[in-house]
Parts: sequence; C-alpha cells; structure tokens
Amino acid sequence: MKADPKGVLTGAHYLDGDHAAAEGALAAGCRFLAGYPITPSTEVAERFAARIPKVGGGVFIQMEDELASMAAILGGAWAGKKSMTVTSGPGFSLMMENLGLGIMMEVPLVLINVQRGGPSTGLPTLPGQADMMQARWGSHGDYEIIAICPSSPQEAFDYMITAFNFSEKYRVPTLVMMDECVGHMTEKVVIPPADEIEITPRKEYTGPPEEYLPYLPDKDMIPWMTKAGDGTRFHTTGLTHDEKGYPVMNADCQETLVRRLVDKIRTNADEIAILEEEEIDGADVVLISYGISSRVAIPAIERARREGLKVGSLRLVTVWPFPETRVRELAKNVKALVIPEMNYGQVYYEIERCAAGNARTVLVPHAGGWVHDVDDIYAGIKEGLK
Amino acid sequence: MTEETTVTEETQDVAHPMDDLLRMDRMPHIWCPTCGLGTVVTALALALGKSGIPLDDIAVVSGIGCTGRVAGYIKVDSFHTTHGRAIPFATGLHLANPKLKVIVVSGDGDLIAIGGNHFIHAARRNVDITVICVNNFIYAMTGGQVAPTTPLTANASTMPYGNFEPPFNIPHLADSCGAAYVARWSSLHVRRMTTAFAEAIATPGFSLVEVVTPCSTLYARRNRLGTGLDLLKFYHDNCEIQHGADTRSLNIDFQGKITLGKFIERPRPTFLDRLDNWYGQVFGDKYEPYVGDRK
Repeated sequence: MKADPKGVLTGAHYLDGDHAAAEGALAAGCRFLAGYPITPSTEVAERFAARIPKVGGGVFIQMEDELASMAAILGGAWAGKKSMTVTSGPGFSLMMENLGLGIMMEVPLVLINVQRGGPSTGLPTLPGQADMMQARWGSHGDYEIIAICPSSPQEAFDYMITAFNFSEKYRVPTLVMMDECVGHMTEKVVIPPADEIEITPRKEYTGPPEEYLPYLPDKDMIPWMTKAGDGTRFHTTGLTHDEKGYPVMNADCQETLVRRLVDKIRTNADEIAILEEEEIDGADVVLISYGISSRVAIPAIERARREGLKVGSLRLVTVWPFPETRVRELAKNVKALVIPEMNYGQVYYEIERCAAGNARTVLVPHAGGWVHDVDDIYAGIKEGLK
Repeated sequence: MTEETTVTEETQDVAHPMDDLLRMDRMPHIWCPTCGLGTVVTALALALGKSGIPLDDIAVVSGIGCTGRVAGYIKVDSFHTTHGRAIPFATGLHLANPKLKVIVVSGDGDLIAIGGNHFIHAARRNVDITVICVNNFIYAMTGGQVAPTTPLTANASTMPYGNFEPPFNIPHLADSCGAAYVARWSSLHVRRMTTAFAEAIATPGFSLVEVVTPCSTLYARRNRLGTGLDLLKFYHDNCEIQHGADTRSLNIDFQGKITLGKFIERPRPTFLDRLDNWYGQVFGDKYEPYVGDRK
C-alpha cells in the first residue's frame, strides 16, 4: 500500500531531526498525536500540531502529562488511527506504564524518545544515549520490543515510516530512539512522492463479526485486529488473557501469552534487523555503534585506516530486538569489537554477551552532555588491537 | 429449590433479556454478594438498550479495581486499561473516532486518586465522554485501604484507627472543573440512576454520574455496618434528593445524610466543537472540519 499524499510534503527541505520525524509520521499516515512538552523532543509535537489542521483527518492534543499521553494514543490506535507520542527521559519513565499495556494489548503505535542526559532531570538540552536499556526493559514484565536509532534528520524521516510499518506488521509499540543531537541538527531532508512510500497496512480482521477472536494468533503469531466501532464488540485487557481477550489467571495461559509476545519478535529478529556494514571483510577490529555516535565515529575510523589498521564498521539502525546472529558471527572473525556509546555500558553488554569470548570487547563510554571526543574512539580502536 | 427457579428443559433455552448487552459467557461475575456493582451494570445496560445508540458505536473503558472489571462484562467494544488511565484512554478513543459513544466506568480510587489529574483535565476540556464513578468509599480489590473518598473517622486497613484525611466531594470537583452534567445517585435508586446514565450519555461534553454503592466485604465489615443490604437500608433512610443543590454542600460524612440528585446540566462547546470552530475561523474555507458529519 502507498502513502496517502495528503500527509506527504514531497520535496527537498532543510529540517531538524525533530521536524523531520513529525513529517515522517504524517507521511506514514499518523493522524493522532497526544503528547506533553519536554526538551529536546517538543519540536516533534509542535510541528505535528501546526501541520495536522492543514493535512486534515487528524488531531493533536497536548495532554496533562505523559501518563495520559501514552494512554490516549492507545485509545487512538484502537479507534483506528495511526497514533504516536514523543518524549524524552523523564517522560519516557512515565510512559513505561502504558507502554506495557500497549505490549499486552498488542497495539500498533510509535513512541519517540529524543534522549538527553540523565538520570532524573539530568541535562535537558544536551544529548545522551542512556535510555537504551530502559527501552528494552523499562516496563515491568517480560516482553520483546522494536527500537530504531536514526542518526540524521533524513533518517528521522525515513525510519519513522519504518517504525509505523513494523508496529503494524508485528502489532507491537515501536520505539524511535533519537538523541538531542539528531533531534536538533538541521540538514537536508528529501521527502519522496507519496507513491514511492511503502506503507504496511493494519492486519485487519475481515471475517464474520460474531466469530472474531481478538487474540487468536495467525501462523505468524500475530492476531488479526479490528477497531472500536467495527461491530465485533471485542474485549481487551491488560490482564493475562486467552484468545477471546478474557482474563485467565493461571500459569498455562500466562505461558501461552507471554511466550507468543516474546516469540513474535524474537523469531523475526533477523528479518527486523536493519544493519549498515562497511569494510567488515578482513577487518581486525569492528566498531559497533548507533545513533549520533555512528557519525562521530567516522573520523576515528578514517584516521585508523590511514594508519593502515583494518577497521570495519557495523551500525545498528535497529538495536532491539538485538541483532544477535550477526554480532555472534562477527565476533568469530575479528580480534575486537569497539563500542562507543553515550552511557557507561548498555548495548555494550549485549555485544559482550554475544561475543562470548570470541573477540575482545572495548567500551568507549561517555556520560552524555556532548558527543564523544574522536580521540577517545580512536584510542578505543587502538585498545582493541593491543 | 423452589419451582420458580428450577431450570427445566422448557426454560433453559429462554434468552435472558440482557443477553445482547452482557457477556454471558463470562458469568458468574467476580463481585461479592450484595456489592452494588451488579446493579450499576444492570442500570447501564438498561440505559444503553434504551438509548437507541447502536451497540456497535458504544465503547466502555474501565481502569483497575472492582469497578475496573465492569468493562469485561458489557458486550460492546470494551477496554480494561491501567490504574487511573481510563479517562485519557477514553479521550484517545473519542478523539480518534468521534462517532463512538465512549463511557468510562471506574471506581473512586481509580478516577479520583491515581486518575485525579486526568479527571479534572477531561472536565476542563469538556471532552465528550461519560464518566460513571462508582464510589464505595474504599479500595476494595486490594483489601480495604483508605481512599480519597473515605469519610472522616471511617475505618480502613491503612487508617486502622479511623480516617483523619478529609475526602473529596466528587460532584463539586466535577462542577468546578466545568463538567456539562453532574449527578449523584446510589445503587438503591435504580430507576433514577438508569435515567441519569441515559441523560449523561445524551449530554454532549464531559458528563459525570457518581454512584454510591455498598461494599459489604470491606467497608461495611470494617466499620461494623452490617451487610450490603443493611447499607441499602441506610441509603433508604438517609438519602435526600435535592436536584440543583449547590455542589459545595455535597460532602459525605461518616454515616451522615447523603444528598442525591441532578446538580448540573449546562451544555457547552466540547473539545472537538472548539477545535473545529476555531480552525474554521483561522483557516476559513480551506479548513475541512474534523468531525464532519457527526451532527
């Protein structure tokens, strides 16, 4: 299915990452945004609020807090609109409550976190990448989720569409984990014509309304969805539930449900993975990065190569589900994996786990507030080759 | 077993008049004997049945707690959400599809404590949803803890020597924030409660019906008030109907007089009325109204 041209601002623009993400959402068909202002993410909501009355067929509402914002977009998605919200660290913490409900009810939606320095109020106007594990595990209980890390305004646009498509395909809330640098840097963004934008439609139930079972999984483990008002008169709950969506309080039902919620993502991890690889063949050391850190690493990699070092690069566009297969494989063929991230070790530990002793793993940490010093990443590469 | 209640071959296939409104495959429900919630659900089902609104266009949203389970028993699109968040969830449903008639049914703890912020903002915005707040004066599902509605001196498991926190007056709160319709009934007043539900659903904007209900297992037992039936008798003797009463006068004291009635009915533009009207003024003919053919 192609994008609805009404939401697509075709042409070349000069946009910051936040504005580009809002355009990506509109191009993907998002027509409902409930949000709460928080630096450095607010510009996404501002752009959407300005554009939606002109695009038509949608609503922006500024809710009373992030708890309400997340709850409202769950309602919006169940009413049939592609829905999203946007926030940063402190708001992300509040959204964890209803993110869990979205996972349990299997609601397609997109949540952007423009990461800033933490913990707590931290550095509102400066970048961080320290919510990566919160993205993976922040809501209570066991689940799998999808998280995408754009590294430029163009990617903020492009990957918002991917995020909506993933959320529809797998019926799972999808996280777009930007950071303050990507959110606030302004670059050229090319928005293609609507007929060049591929949209994944909702997996709609089309059978007789009275026979609808809202959580009967298809062969791909994803149940068919209806929306409120379709006549199926379904029930959905945050409680552990059976195929009818009715609460069932026992270990068997819990096992069946949670296992499917995990497996529908985990068994598709290789299909979901978006990876960018460069000069991996014959490399002694591979630098693994995501988000803004991928761009900061480029001069360090180039400097090492000028000195004759064999350095490859693996960029994780999707961080969750973790691209385990590829990292395990890679670890068997190189001496070291070097990981610069703006935290004191989050995605690093996933890489260390997958390397399983086959390659050295070197963390180049940074507490956030500014991007890495290129010299530190270069030193990390040298350290890997020791 | 008396003759009247014996299931025979002739009677077993006779449909219950509420078969189309309730999820009979979920019966029996989880509520205690003499709890008021069954009566509230019956009244709501009656009001929905009489409203003339196609059942496919109705959505019921609940939060967490005893009343949180209401959504699971009414046979419309029904959402059992998180604690306190029924109102913002309902707001999203309504805004994304204004043709839906969205009804929130939840408890006093859910709506007024953890969900209090959402309650006041939905009333302020005049979002077109109906909220039924079932007030049993206590957190019942978790075992009888104090609520923001527990009357002064009443006993609760976390106020073991009696409650010393002043409670909220729910109709006054809704009135102050701009609700379009505010009423209070008890689960003894079945016909009036049913009428109030129908009126609230028919009123555009944020409408609130508080329903005082007995909790025999926790509130009544902890406070030595007898059973739910004794509490209904108490409502019979101590409830006073005063339509249009000043909402400031509606505090509920421990075992004191309870004022019931329809207090507020003042239609005013809803959130979406204002949105469309304002953008119509700003953008002129270029603006395509969001709500379109709703009216």
